[in-house]
Amino acid sequence: MEAQALELAQSLLAFVGLWDPLKGFIEPAWHTIWTLLKIVAIIVPVMLGVAYYTLAERKVLGFMQVRPGPNRVGYWGLMQPIADGLKLLCKEVIVPTNSNRYLFLSAPVLALAPALAAWAVIPFDDGLVLADVNAGLLYLLAMTSLGVYGVIIAGWSSNSKYAFLGALRSAAQIVSYELAMGFALVCVLLAAQSMNFGDIVRGQSSEYGLFGWFFIPLFPMFVVYFIAGVAETNRSPFDLAEDESVIVAGFHTEYSGMGFAIFFLAEYANMILITALTVVMFMGGWLNPFHGWPLIGGLTDAIPGLFWMLAKMFVFMYVYLWLRATFPRYRYDQLMRLGWKVFIPLTLVWVVVVAAWMQTPWWLW
Amino acid sequence: MAEIKNYTMNFGPQHPAAHGVLRLVLELDGEVVERADPHIGLLHRATEKLAEHKTFLQNVPYMDRLDYVSMMLNEHAYVMAVEKMAGIEVPLRAQYIRVMFDEITRVLNHLLWLGASALDLGAMSPMFYTFREREALMDAYEAVSGARMHAAYYRPGGVYRDLPDSMPQCEASKIHNAAAVKKLNENRQGSLLDYLEDFTNYFPQRVDEYETLLTDNRIWKQRTVGIGVVSPERALAMGFTGPMLRGSGVVWDLRKKQPYEVYDRIDFDIPVGVEGDCYDRYLVRVEEMRQSNRIIKQCIDWLRQNPGPVMSDNLKYAPPRRESMKQNMEELIHHFKLFSEGFHMPAGEVYSAVEHAKGEFGIYLVSDGANKPYRMKIRAPGFSHLSSLDEMARGHMIADLVAIIGTQDIVFGEIDR
Repeated sequence: MEAQALELAQSLLAFVGLWDPLKGFIEPAWHTIWTLLKIVAIIVPVMLGVAYYTLAERKVLGFMQVRPGPNRVGYWGLMQPIADGLKLLCKEVIVPTNSNRYLFLSAPVLALAPALAAWAVIPFDDGLVLADVNAGLLYLLAMTSLGVYGVIIAGWSSNSKYAFLGALRSAAQIVSYELAMGFALVCVLLAAQSMNFGDIVRGQSSEYGLFGWFFIPLFPMFVVYFIAGVAETNRSPFDLAEDESVIVAGFHTEYSGMGFAIFFLAEYANMILITALTVVMFMGGWLNPFHGWPLIGGLTDAIPGLFWMLAKMFVFMYVYLWLRATFPRYRYDQLMRLGWKVFIPLTLVWVVVVAAWMQTPWWLW
Repeated sequence: MAEIKNYTMNFGPQHPAAHGVLRLVLELDGEVVERADPHIGLLHRATEKLAEHKTFLQNVPYMDRLDYVSMMLNEHAYVMAVEKMAGIEVPLRAQYIRVMFDEITRVLNHLLWLGASALDLGAMSPMFYTFREREALMDAYEAVSGARMHAAYYRPGGVYRDLPDSMPQCEASKIHNAAAVKKLNENRQGSLLDYLEDFTNYFPQRVDEYETLLTDNRIWKQRTVGIGVVSPERALAMGFTGPMLRGSGVVWDLRKKQPYEVYDRIDFDIPVGVEGDCYDRYLVRVEEMRQSNRIIKQCIDWLRQNPGPVMSDNLKYAPPRRESMKQNMEELIHHFKLFSEGFHMPAGEVYSAVEHAKGEFGIYLVSDGANKPYRMKIRAPGFSHLSSLDEMARGHMIADLVAIIGTQDIVFGEIDR
């Protein structure tokens, strides 16, 4: 793929007569250029996805709440995310007087960078992945854990009481739910016997379509993982870090303009990431749910894997919005109780159950 | 060992859960509230002092602006005080109209409360559903008085005008095309009473819908059960009234205990809580909406069958009829005098109270025989509820404090007045 792309670049540049002067630069650096191109090919759709996910959220919430949602900018409100982005870009970035200026400005970066870096190991189709590393799952856990630093530093450096409370809550929440999430993933590792996301998906392929996916033997883990994912991304009903009725806007109370926008981007990029992970680990990634079924299996096998991957992600992204429109918010101590007293014992037990189950002939996956 | 200090936090007046302009100085131990000190006065408009410089009639619109989510109930307490002082007889039809609009107003108030307190606890959707129903009732306000909120519909001696025979129609616009408008106008073809009857028919199902979202929701129960518990003794000692008192299990409702207007002729129940926590107060208010719906239905039936005057014929206090004003000079002069100088009241003092959506709303009026009150004192239920906030919130977490403020149904218009 890489070599073919280089040939394509060579013929294109030769056509405009630029190949000979640039040859000495492009050929040795081609690996870097190619990787950068792949990164752009992931980041740009993710960012567009984030932008339109915000619009989708407002539209879906609107329909659930008997109101139209944004419909003024562009046809059906389709330009609304662009208008919002431009507005935030033009606004003044206010740095509070007694804040730690350096940390205050670096916090949004610390929040966004891991959210984007984590996408490197997500396979969108068979082989369609930026970095096909063997310890992909470990890399991913490391990256998502780093996100909490952005939140804590933002809350602490703002020197605001609301932001500080938000940061404390968020730190405790993310650390607790990371544990439940980690144990849920241990079950996936046991079932797939690999830490490579491509292998995890391939481990779910069978002649029975969606019955081969891990969400069936690991159903409690699937539920725990998705709920922990909602908590991990600070989304309703676990949005305590930005609990607007108690601590105004939580850790980003003092942020304005692009600083706020970057936190917003990070939050939504993380949400999409959690849906992608749920799909990859429990819902068979790019696999066709009807594969091997009579008639319908043959008809749907021609559809590219990328379509299935995205379609499954959309379902979970919708669930995120549905939760937000339906539930009241947990209280801080209740959230902790759910994490430590329900999820962690449940996941621990299920790890043992799965490990034992796999030693028996009744393990069919 | 390092000295550990409590965390002092300003909650409001610019705060999303401050319900207007509440300012709380909180002393926190981590997330636990050690002391909650409400500061009031940020919405003080000196209504009581202004009333001393207005005629008795001119004061009516000021009442709307006290508790600005239950407008006509405030007016009711005031016009009742004036009527009591002057000894004005109110025609029966006007009394029924007042009772009907009192209950419409109670539903309006409880709908706003339900939406706002659910929003305080993080459930955002009920707010939009309750506002859909509020919109329908505001249209009823508009139909009788021309104003959607500050109606000034109750007057000493009755109500401003009889109920209209037709409803204002929606018109097509950029947002609603002709087909959509036709659907909106479907229940506006008959009189106001037809419109309200339609409302009372679908409203119970709408309350069921809100309850589906909240009543049995585990998170909602975790957030409200056992929060802000007030014993019946403490509730009485702190001067609670209305749903706050009934939530603690005290059976006290002025509509039953000291019936005014025609409440003694109407069949309705008083819901009472058991535990005295936020959840019971929530259940009490939801049930009150259903009971108000029953009362509105009964009023509609009576009003359909019994036409009649809606204003007292005591022309010392009630304006003359418009037709006679066009013909007779005396009546024209009389009208001019009534609406400029106003009427003079006999000297004396009077207290009159109604069962307001939030509790006992009372007006204490002193007259020295002039055309203006000598002194007016407003007994606002929210004031005593807010002053109990410290006792209710102490030892709870800061998120529960928000639940408690929500359950107290605080509106600063009446507390600061």
